[in-house]
Amino acid sequence: MSAALALSDLACRRGGRLLFAGVSCPLAAGDALVVTGANGCGKSSLLRMIAGLLPPFEGEVALSGRVALLGEASALDGDRTLGAALHFWAMLDGVADPAGCVARALDDVALAELGDVPVRLLSTGQRRRAALARVLASGAELWLLDEPATGLDMASIALLEAAVARHRERGGIAVIATHQPLAVAGAATLDLAAYRVAEAA
Amino acid sequence: MIALVLRDVRRSYAGGGATLTLGFFLLVAILFPFAIGPDARLLARVGGGVIWAAALLAALLPVERLIAPDLETGVLDQMAVRGYSLPVVAAAKMAGHWLAFAPPVMGAALLSAALFGLDSAATVTVLAGLAIGTPGLAALAVATGALTAGLRGAGAVAGLVLLPLAIPLLIFGAGAIEGGAGGLKLLGAVSLVLLAGAPFVSAAAMRIGME
Repeated sequence: MSAALALSDLACRRGGRLLFAGVSCPLAAGDALVVTGANGCGKSSLLRMIAGLLPPFEGEVALSGRVALLGEASALDGDRTLGAALHFWAMLDGVADPAGCVARALDDVALAELGDVPVRLLSTGQRRRAALARVLASGAELWLLDEPATGLDMASIALLEAAVARHRERGGIAVIATHQPLAVAGAATLDLAAYRVAEAA
Repeated sequence: MIALVLRDVRRSYAGGGATLTLGFFLLVAILFPFAIGPDARLLARVGGGVIWAAALLAALLPVERLIAPDLETGVLDQMAVRGYSLPVVAAAKMAGHWLAFAPPVMGAALLSAALFGLDSAATVTVLAGLAIGTPGLAALAVATGALTAGLRGAGAVAGLVLLPLAIPLLIFGAGAIEGGAGGLKLLGAVSLVLLAGAPFVSAAAMRIGME
């Protein structure tokens, strides 16, 4: 796995307001970045910018490796079984053994016994873990996790932290936007509040 | 790409979309004899046009379910992250929608043709016209779905967007019953124009929706 991510002088403008500017951060294989800041300060926008879903207002994102995004919504079809919904994305990701990848990912998030349950019947926390399983099964080098711990209980948060640690050991990069304190050893932190732009009078 | 098409086909059939289209089409077609009266000659004459009008109205039904759910659940985001270009995603959705939409419409048209007592030549022309016109109609439905995704009262707005743009299909499709092959050729041309343009219109609308 060879992954790299460099943010240089990023600025974000949403709805005519400049949210942050001058965000620079180089990340090499095995690194993690925890993005914090108050509601509406642009954490999700930063992640969407890295994912290429939002054009940066200024600056640029340079990355090598494939990207997996855990967004606000799980992007899993409610009427399909959890296993089938994950299998669809694993197939699109072009992993070598989709069925095996999905089974291992479900195991890692402790949902192995719910593979046959339709996604719409899952609880909030289970759906969050299912979305994490989609990221795990993708085999992508670069993980972008937007509030991954929302709705998770203590045991599930430990599973999340373990998954991130394993991913970094294999040389992957994780960028995590979160409110909750997460144990991510040796992670760089980025407090977006420090990059806020004062409105010009 | 094939996986995307199959997903949409499966979703429409699993969601009862096919039976809904079929039932709605037949109901619209049955309303006309009640309104016009039981004059067999008159019904046979207007039948082809009624079938086309019913097809247009049936095309409106699934519009809200084509793009909006995928926008809300982040499916389109995930496709974009995986490097699928949005026009390709839109084209796949059109193919999937057509595969789910055209068979029930053709089936319902065949039943309606029998109800109106259309002769065999007119029935064949109507079915040929629908086979040519439904791809254009499907493309228009996906583009409308993308344009109205996330709007409040999207269903009503969708009607205002889709129906005027579908008028050429209606004119040439219904006209072919009297006018023959010339009408079908023009219908094909309209259908192709819609097919060529709609992926890009849908992609632009989806991109705005995702920001």
